[in-house]
Amino acid sequence: MFETVLYEVRNTVAYITLNRPDKLNAFTEQLNKEVQLAIKNASRDESVRALVITGEGRAFCSGEDLAGVNDEMDHGEVLRKRYNPMLMELDKCEKPIIAAVNGVAAGAGMSLALACDFRLASEKASFVEAFIHVGLVPDAGNLYHLPRLIGHAKALELAVLGEKVTAAEAKDLGLVTKVISVDAWSEEVSQFAERLATMPTKAIGLIKRNLKASWHSEFEDFLERDAQGQRIAGLTDDHKEGVRAFMEKRRPVFTGK
Amino acid sequence: MNKSFEFIETTTQGAIGTIELNRPKVLNALNTKMITEIVQAMEGFDRDDSIRVIVLSGKGRAFAAGADIDEMANASAMDLELLNQFVDWDRLALIKKPIIGAVHGFALGGAFELALCCDLLFAAENTEFGFPEVNLGVMPGAGGTQRLTKLVGKTKAMEWLFTGKRITAKDALHYGIINQIFSKELLFEETYKFAEQLTKQAPLSIRLIKESVLKAIDHSIYEGMQFERKNFYLLFSSEDQKEGMKAFIEKRQPHFKGK
Repeated sequence: MFETVLYEVRNTVAYITLNRPDKLNAFTEQLNKEVQLAIKNASRDESVRALVITGEGRAFCSGEDLAGVNDEMDHGEVLRKRYNPMLMELDKCEKPIIAAVNGVAAGAGMSLALACDFRLASEKASFVEAFIHVGLVPDAGNLYHLPRLIGHAKALELAVLGEKVTAAEAKDLGLVTKVISVDAWSEEVSQFAERLATMPTKAIGLIKRNLKASWHSEFEDFLERDAQGQRIAGLTDDHKEGVRAFMEKRRPVFTGK
Repeated sequence: MNKSFEFIETTTQGAIGTIELNRPKVLNALNTKMITEIVQAMEGFDRDDSIRVIVLSGKGRAFAAGADIDEMANASAMDLELLNQFVDWDRLALIKKPIIGAVHGFALGGAFELALCCDLLFAAENTEFGFPEVNLGVMPGAGGTQRLTKLVGKTKAMEWLFTGKRITAKDALHYGIINQIFSKELLFEETYKFAEQLTKQAPLSIRLIKESVLKAIDHSIYEGMQFERKNFYLLFSSEDQKEGMKAFIEKRQPHFKGK
């Protein structure tokens, strides 16, 4: 189906693997497009309840492929045409999305990881705000997500100094959920994803929706969102199952409906 | 209403009459027959004493993606003149009862024009509006350039009509095209809550308010004021005016009968 992306659904989890290992999974126009379509597929596929985005080989994603950069390039248009639609597709998806950062996440590769809901980092992973080293600014939503995740001061530090952030440092910053050893990597990523995939999917979607809205809502409007969100969640099978399981003192079985 | 339609579905729930566009496989693309059916259903509800509010919405993934292009791709100017299809749209503007549009997904081209014929519009948060006609080498023909301009003014109307750019629900709210945005899951529930409240208001007041507000859109303020005044006086010949004022004085809820 794709040439630069591997797409596989396993145990209700969609695995989207950037697959240009010899180029450290650097973005090309095709890769942007295929990631976008893969996310769209996973969003629409009712059997999918969680997404994992990861990289083949030793890198997660090294950002824009500099081989394609030349003097004629309109950097703004590259973002509008290639990156922004990919990020909007990611933003629209109401299922939990995990960036399984297996190696370096640099430049727009870091932006992609930041746009996900969770970041799991291999102990070999690192994050680099590489843009400043070529006289550019972090893009693809990077400066939108970063201060929300780690605060303004740290975001500025990372973006301006452009120093490599190791997995352990990223954990301390609150940038990643968990650091995983190389040996346990695949298994723990799958475990984490499958755990999310058995949770109340609709409620997770509503949490994502309302958390995002909280950054640009007036308090009173937000309380109305709370009411609408809870009304929707209150109508799900998973809510009924959760209450029933609580009463019956057993573990709930959520179907995502 | 027992009449069966091919391209729409009508239902009633208490005093609310609902019309749903029903060609979900083609995102409810509007054809001439569908518009005729909508007008017939609206006129039916308008004459039906048990109905006080009309709700218009679309079945499936979207309100409607636009007009049926296949139907008109090969038409000549004279075919269209003789077909005179837009006469049905004129009849839509004559409906006396309040029309609430509940739109989701897309309301593009003819479907946006149809949405603009509603008195109140509620939209799901993912809804996109727009007039893409310009991309096909034509332009809106069922009131798009007129109704949108009256609503939002020349500046934005020109921009949106020239470019065919999509208008997000957020922008539509900002520019006063829609009344409110709801989560997509709750659009119909919230619309019915609102419609239900509207059915309890004095029907004759609603009727003459609608008539007077519409008058304001394309008459001078002087003419509009004269018209409003007459409607105000007219309501004093209704039983509901007596009941409403009596209930106010007696500090109780009024019960309106629409008489």
